[in-house]
Amino acid sequence: MSDLRTELKVSIIEQLNLEELSVEDIENDEPLFGDGVGLDSIDALELIVLLEKDYGIKLTDPQQGKDIFVSINKMAEFIEVHRTK
Amino acid sequence: MGKLFYIDNVVRIKNRSIYNNQELLFRSELDIAEIDLFFKEAYQFLQLSYPKFFKMDRMSKLGILATEILFNKEKQDINTALVFSNNYSSIDTDKIHQNSIDQIVSPSVFVYTLPNIVLGEISIKHQLQGENVFFISEGFDAQMIADYTDVLLSTGKAENVVCGWIDLKNAEYDVFLCLITRKGEMRFTHKNLEQLYYFDNE
Repeated sequence: MSDLRTELKVSIIEQLNLEELSVEDIENDEPLFGDGVGLDSIDALELIVLLEKDYGIKLTDPQQGKDIFVSINKMAEFIEVHRTK
Repeated sequence: MGKLFYIDNVVRIKNRSIYNNQELLFRSELDIAEIDLFFKEAYQFLQLSYPKFFKMDRMSKLGILATEILFNKEKQDINTALVFSNNYSSIDTDKIHQNSIDQIVSPSVFVYTLPNIVLGEISIKHQLQGENVFFISEGFDAQMIADYTDVLLSTGKAENVVCGWIDLKNAEYDVFLCLITRKGEMRFTHKNLEQLYYFDNE
């Protein structure tokens, strides 16, 4: 369980170029957008790409992202259920 | 006689070096091909704290570094205009985007596939709302840049202007930006602009 969360943090930091953040800086239940990690709308699109590339999950409705990209915990829960790779 | 304007500050970024008013401000010892590391070193040297910098394309990084030096931590008039030019447009990012087209493309790369995005990034960072324009020309056209800038200042459309050249291709970059204001010592003329540009290019 926690391995997926760590893996997600590593991928997010790398793919979103969050140069000044480390895995330890992101809490599992911290909001990814707004006052938390501070991701923006382009980052949201990158997260959709990340889901497809790394876990074979294709979001057909970008609005779904609002419910999935809430926190690392929420993302991990969604991936565990829907991953195809 | 028209109003007088002045070249208040000049920044040059080229060959791993940053010059401010023709004096060396920073020089990296990295290999010239290590362009991304050079940007990181310069970011640290300038003690910037702007995480968005690392998400930007190379052209925008150059623009942010250059204007950071030009503005010297001073809040700029909201009506500061940006008049930029280059030869290779956004080809550096265009190529990265093109190379990814047969896979899943990156939205954060795609959004930088226009040269004028650097103007937006600078405007956001420094909260500028003045006019901005990006010309593509074969070489640095001092006359054209000076004329356009002069009109903006003379008609009161801009209080200050950042103008010049910001070019990038195959990890080679050539940045020459000037802050043009209403007070200063060096007169803003296309001849002076040209001389400053070619000072280091000859």
